[in-house]
Amino acid sequence: MSKRVYVLLGTRKGVFILESDEARRDWDLRGPYCETWPIQHAAADPRTRVIYAGGGSEWFGPAVWKSTDLGRTWSHSREGLAYEPGATPVKTVWSVAPRGGSLYVGVEPAGLFRSDDEGATFQHLTGLQAHPSRSAWNPGGAGLILHSLVVDPADERKIWIGVSAAGVFHTADGGAHWEARNKGTRADYMPEGQNYPEFGQCVHCLVQAPGSERLYQQNHCGMYRSDDEGRTWRSIEEGLPSSFGFPAAVHPRDPDTLYLLPLNGDVKGRFMPDAKAAVWRTRDGGDTWEALREGLPQRSAFFGVLRQALATDTLDRAGVYFGTSSGSVYASADEGDSWTCIAQNLPTISSVETLVTDDAGAGAG
Amino acid sequence: MSGDQPVHVRLAPLLAHLFPDAPRLVSLPADDVAGMIDELDRRWPGMGACIRDTTPAVRRHINVFVGGRRAALDTKLAPGADVFILTAISGG
Repeated sequence: MSKRVYVLLGTRKGVFILESDEARRDWDLRGPYCETWPIQHAAADPRTRVIYAGGGSEWFGPAVWKSTDLGRTWSHSREGLAYEPGATPVKTVWSVAPRGGSLYVGVEPAGLFRSDDEGATFQHLTGLQAHPSRSAWNPGGAGLILHSLVVDPADERKIWIGVSAAGVFHTADGGAHWEARNKGTRADYMPEGQNYPEFGQCVHCLVQAPGSERLYQQNHCGMYRSDDEGRTWRSIEEGLPSSFGFPAAVHPRDPDTLYLLPLNGDVKGRFMPDAKAAVWRTRDGGDTWEALREGLPQRSAFFGVLRQALATDTLDRAGVYFGTSSGSVYASADEGDSWTCIAQNLPTISSVETLVTDDAGAGAG
Repeated sequence: MSGDQPVHVRLAPLLAHLFPDAPRLVSLPADDVAGMIDELDRRWPGMGACIRDTTPAVRRHINVFVGGRRAALDTKLAPGADVFILTAISGG
């Protein structure tokens, strides 16, 4: 049975979809979808092939878009996707995570919603707002955003979230109660002596290693690994060209393999170090790193890569993909060893996710 | 409710486009802007939240004009009033 590979792009002007076969050499691009709304994150449920796209229109506010035909047609809903009257309104959706029949949605200002009817209606999981630290959370540069959503595939009640700039929080009961999990992560922007607070860290991206309790995070101030579900973190930034970057992506099967895209620093323009593009890979859980540059531009690469714009696919060998702030998409079909530009001149790319199906694709119905 | 005479609401093209069966011109009963939005949302679920946020207020980049003047949620609507719901240039 042949496989089809879809790369889902959330952009400043709608969703685009790249499609290929399992060789991943030739790609077809379609879009823009979602009425060219700014889309922060588009992701698919691999069981149902439903694609969800979360974003917000400056005119019409937040919505979750949904496609049941691999992107050909879309509907949208914001039913229940709102705070109570009087609270600062939900501005936009930042993350969508379909898991186990539910759809989890992170929004700005930071909050978590869940849909149990495939995105038709949403319920606010109010427990996060009740956390004692909530009133002291401060926004990062992109706002007070709940951008990272990790739902444990083994136990849907266990969820980790990343909020900029409040840090990592965890619930073990599906969102009723939360605790901060930031021990060991730095906040360099705090006064001397206050650099390891309980909360207030600027987490940029949080991911879970496959088949394990391990988490990784790219932070504004370093790169970290946790082997105890986020209770403690240790730095794994030694060997990287910078402690600053946005996205992180795990290998689909190997918990020790992780991909990063370090930028040149938070105050130096936030582009590729020395304007030479590289994805950095570890095969040993962050003890050592190697730069992957074959096929990537090695001069005048003044682009950045946003926090949700790096992804892997589930094929063997795994594909790796990233989208740039300047609208290019680079793909590797060999776990990062070599790269090809598969799209360019798109709007700023906010997110990259993948879907692999076992048939001839949407055209075959 | 304003008797038997409805108000006439012109929807911004982008807004009407989001709800495939919504016409550009809608006649409906309403006494004020908030009631008008409620009625639009009853007919096209979700449209209300596209016009009004949970402040509650008309969205920052949406303009509701009644009688040629920008209106708020509590602006009264006379029977037969013409209402324009427009997307602001600031939101583009």
